This record gives sequence, C-alpha cells and structure tokens, in this order.
Amino acid sequence: MTVYLLCFALLLVGVYGVLTKRDLIKIILSLGIMGYATNLMIILFAYKNGAIYAILTKANSLNGKPTGPMVDPLPQALILTSIVIELGITAMLVAMSIRLYEKYKTFDITKIRRLSG
Amino acid sequence: MILPFFIIIPLLAAFLITLISGDNDNWAVILSVLAVVSLLLLSVFAFISTQDQTLVYETGGWQLPFTICLVQDALSCFMLIVVSLISLTSLIFSVQYIRRKEPCWKYYALFMLLVTGMNGVIATGDIFNLFVFMEIALFAAYALVAYGGKAEEFEASFKYAVMGSLSSTLILIGIGILYSATSTLTMAKIAQVLPQKDPALVNWIGGIFLAGFGLKAAVMPFHAWLPDAHSSAPAPISSMLSGVLIKALGVYVLIRFFFNVMGAPAAFMQIFMILGSISIIVASFLAIGQWDLKRLLAYSSISQVGFIFLGLGIASPLAILGAVFHILNHAIFKALLFYNAGVVEMFLGTRDLRKMGDLRKAMPITSATSMIATLSVSGLPPFNGFFSKLIIIIAAIQAGLPVYATIAIVGSFLTLGYFLKVQRYGFRGENKIEKPEIKIGWGMRTAMIILAALCLITSVLVIPGIREVTLGPVVDVISNKLNYISLVLGR
Repeated sequence: MTVYLLCFALLLVGVYGVLTKRDLIKIILSLGIMGYATNLMIILFAYKNGAIYAILTKANSLNGKPTGPMVDPLPQALILTSIVIELGITAMLVAMSIRLYEKYKTFDITKIRRLSG
Repeated sequence: MILPFFIIIPLLAAFLITLISGDNDNWAVILSVLAVVSLLLLSVFAFISTQDQTLVYETGGWQLPFTICLVQDALSCFMLIVVSLISLTSLIFSVQYIRRKEPCWKYYALFMLLVTGMNGVIATGDIFNLFVFMEIALFAAYALVAYGGKAEEFEASFKYAVMGSLSSTLILIGIGILYSATSTLTMAKIAQVLPQKDPALVNWIGGIFLAGFGLKAAVMPFHAWLPDAHSSAPAPISSMLSGVLIKALGVYVLIRFFFNVMGAPAAFMQIFMILGSISIIVASFLAIGQWDLKRLLAYSSISQVGFIFLGLGIASPLAILGAVFHILNHAIFKALLFYNAGVVEMFLGTRDLRKMGDLRKAMPITSATSMIATLSVSGLPPFNGFFSKLIIIIAAIQAGLPVYATIAIVGSFLTLGYFLKVQRYGFRGENKIEKPEIKIGWGMRTAMIILAALCLITSVLVIPGIREVTLGPVVDVISNKLNYISLVLGR
C-alpha cells in the first residue's frame, strides 16, 4: 500500500508543478513527473513479489513449464508505448517553448498572454 | 473487411507525402486528396454494407482475448463518414489557403496523421490502442495549431498541448486502473467483467474518464483551451478541430465507454445533462461578448457540444437520435462557418467583426453560405440544425425534464442572438468593402457550396423511412448499450 501512496504523492508533485509554476520549462518537467508517476503505477499493478520475468529460459522452466509465478508482461509493453508517446510530446513542447522564447523573449507564462478573453 | 484500410490509407499517404514531395506541394495535394476521397467512398460503402450488424477484425490473425480488435458497427461507420466528409472539404479548401504564404507539404503530411489518429480512435475496440491513436491525432493537432508560426499561435498551441497532456495522463491512469481491475484491455471484455466489480471502482473509473475525455470534448468546466486553440489555427484546421476532432476524441469515446462499456449508469447520465446545460448557457453568453469572429465560433462550438451532451444524458432513443444527428449537423455547419471566417480573414486581413462590413457584393458566395450556416446553427427550419435541436427538446419533454427542455430552448435563442450579431456586423454591416483583387479559388468555393448544400440535404435524414436506414442503426448501437458485448465477443 505504501508504494501506491508514494506513487500518488509523485503524481501530486507533478500536478502541483503544472498548476503553480510560471516557467515554461518547469511546466514541461512537471508534466514529465506526472507521466513517470503514471508509468510507475501501471508497472506496480503488474508487480508480484518474488515472481520471474515472463520469458521462459532453461534456468526458470522445467519441461516448458515455468517454475514459479511470473509477472504480467502486458503493462510493461503498455508503458514502453506510453514512454515513447511522452518523449514525442515532450520534444514537441520543448521545441514550442524555444519558439515562444524567440517571440516573447521570456519563459514566464504570466508574460506570455496576448490571447485573452 | 475494410476497416483496417481507414488507418492504412491516411498513414501511407502521410508517409508517401514526406518521401516524394520536393519543394512544391503538388504531389502532396494529389496524394492527400486521393486518400481522403477513397476514405469517403469506403466509409459510405462500409455504412451501407454494415447496417445493423457488427463486424470484428482481429489483428494479426490471433483470437480475440489475445489481440487488438477493430470493431465495425453502425456508430463507427457513421463517425468515419463524418470525419471523411469534413476532411475532404477541408483539404479542398486548404490548397489556396496554405499556398497564399508558401506551398508546403508538411501541412498535408500532418493533416493525414490527424485523419489517421481520428479514424484509429473510431475504429478500434481496444482501450489502450484508442489511447495511442488519440495521441497521434493530438500530436498532429498541436503542430497544426502552431502551423502559422505567429506568436499567438505558439501560445495557443502550448496551452493546448499542456491541457492535452494533462488529460492524456488522466486517461492513462484510468486505463491502468481498469486493466488492474479487469485484466483485459478489449472494451467488450471489460464491459463483460465490469458489472461483477465493486460499484465504487466503476464510479472512480467513470469519473477519471469523464474528466479525461471531457477535456478533449471541451464541455464547460474543461473548455479553457478550446477558444485559443480553435481560433488561432489555420481556418481549415479550425474546422477540422471544431467539426470532428472534439467529437471523435471526446464525444464518440464517451458514448462508446459510458453506453457500450458501462451500460449508461444513471448517475453519469445526470452529470452529462448538467454539464451539457452549463455548456449551452454559459458558452452562449461568452460567445455574445466576442468581437473576434473565430473566437465567437469557438465558444459556439462549446455550446453546441453541450446540446450533444444534453441529448446523450437524457438517454432515451429519441434523445440519442437527436444527439447523433446533432454530431453530424454541427460538423457540417461549424466547418462551413470556419471556412467563411477563413475566407474573410484571407481577403480582408481581419477577424474583427467591427472591421468587417457589407460583404454581399464583394464576396457573394461567402456571405450567402454564411447565411445558410447561420440559419442552420441557430435552428431555423428547414435546415438540419432545427431538426436535431427540436428532437432533443421533444425528448427532454417526453422524459419529464421540462427544466432541461427550457435550457435547450433558451440556448437555441441565444445561438440565434450571437449569430445575428455575426450577420449584422460581419456580413451585412455598414462598412463599404471593395471587391478584393485576388479571386476566391474554385477549391474554396466548392468546399463552401458542398457544405451549404449539405446543411439543407441532411435534414432529409429525419424523414421516417429514411431515418430507419440511416440514423436508426446508429441509435440502436448506442441505446442497446451492453449488446455490444455479445456482438463483439460471441460470433
């Protein structure tokens, strides 16, 4: 249970950053932290204490049967996909913040507000 | 089985466009128009051939619990038609609009990725696959909003991207919880397992998904990104975003999830109605105050999505008919209005209603089609918007909800109010406007005329006899709720 609470705390750190920080880069980093917390949560769902990875080798199988419990491999595949997506989005956001800096000469979100109302 | 082609064709087109386009955009235009025309033909064919059956495509030849499946039923075919129709007209419109600065193939490649993402979301029957396609569509949308390269566009796109990532994180958390509870990602299988679980869990997942996909659909408390993003994007992209993106990623997924997977729990239907009514009223008042034409249209989108939510929340077959019909109608007239705004912006260089004037002589087609779209969006007969709003209002009265019916009627009048403002100042104003030197190309004119004609033609769909074979199967898919399980799993 403790690990889930810690994971939730990590998510809250990310949410706090997105909501309160004024610097574009810090907002991007906070979004990254939120993503890590989510990935960690999904990995934790699949985790079993003392289980082996879900690949059968000579060391962990007997006549093609696994010797012990195995972790669920699907969430690992899921978070690999979600990590790649996050990489793309982060790269996009960083590129956009560079262009914003060229236009506005600042990273401060409160000064970047030509759109309003 | 034609469903995989809805993903393959635009993805292949995007890939080929990046490969073979040189400095000019001729090949990009030809390839993308070919791709979208074939998508439109395929989607119409799919809709006619599917009718009320459900076809399932299992990727890679694996059996269902172990594979990603694509589900073809009336609802998904209907949404595919809407997406293909609006993307075709947007593409025809784009050619001159994008060429006026400099011809660039990147626009078309991104456009095709946007279509890929939306088609994927609509076609898939697997919830994580849905998430991946949603991200593809959003990624293309962020880039396209910032396409013009002005400061405001980057600002809007950044805002949109932050809100989008936030909602995507929420959705991913929801998917994680759902997987840990049900041990499956196939939506039909989830629907089968979910009733045996703790009701508290179901409510949590519903809440997370409502917030996540509500952000994509831009209903009222989640709407903050929409006016900026939709008004800053190039006009054809605004019409794609307002016309289909918020519906494919937001409303469609909410319908699929809350009706076909969760079986329309009463508490969430109540929330749908409340969110819908808040959107209708508040967004209308915000729209009245706008002087920027595209911002006004963006707020109007929020208000019209409110009508769809209200119809879905009432959840009787008649109300669902109204909501589904309004999805189609809103896509058509809102796309048309954004094209009009795009033409005006292109030739007068302004979006401010006070600087626009009497455009009836200068741009006859633009002002005529804008009049048709205005009548349609504000719900005057015999245009399509009238029928969908009327159906929703009648359904609200039949369901014994006079308060919501009143809200819908008031919202309808407010819509008429702010669109009269558009006509009064924007297209029939007092400022004298000279005929512009540049001609409005045939592509732009065709796109506007097609949609204006459709505003009138689609109202045929409510006539009994035609309704049963067009909108009827779509309504059946939604209102038969959990039949989805047996249709997808048991064959």
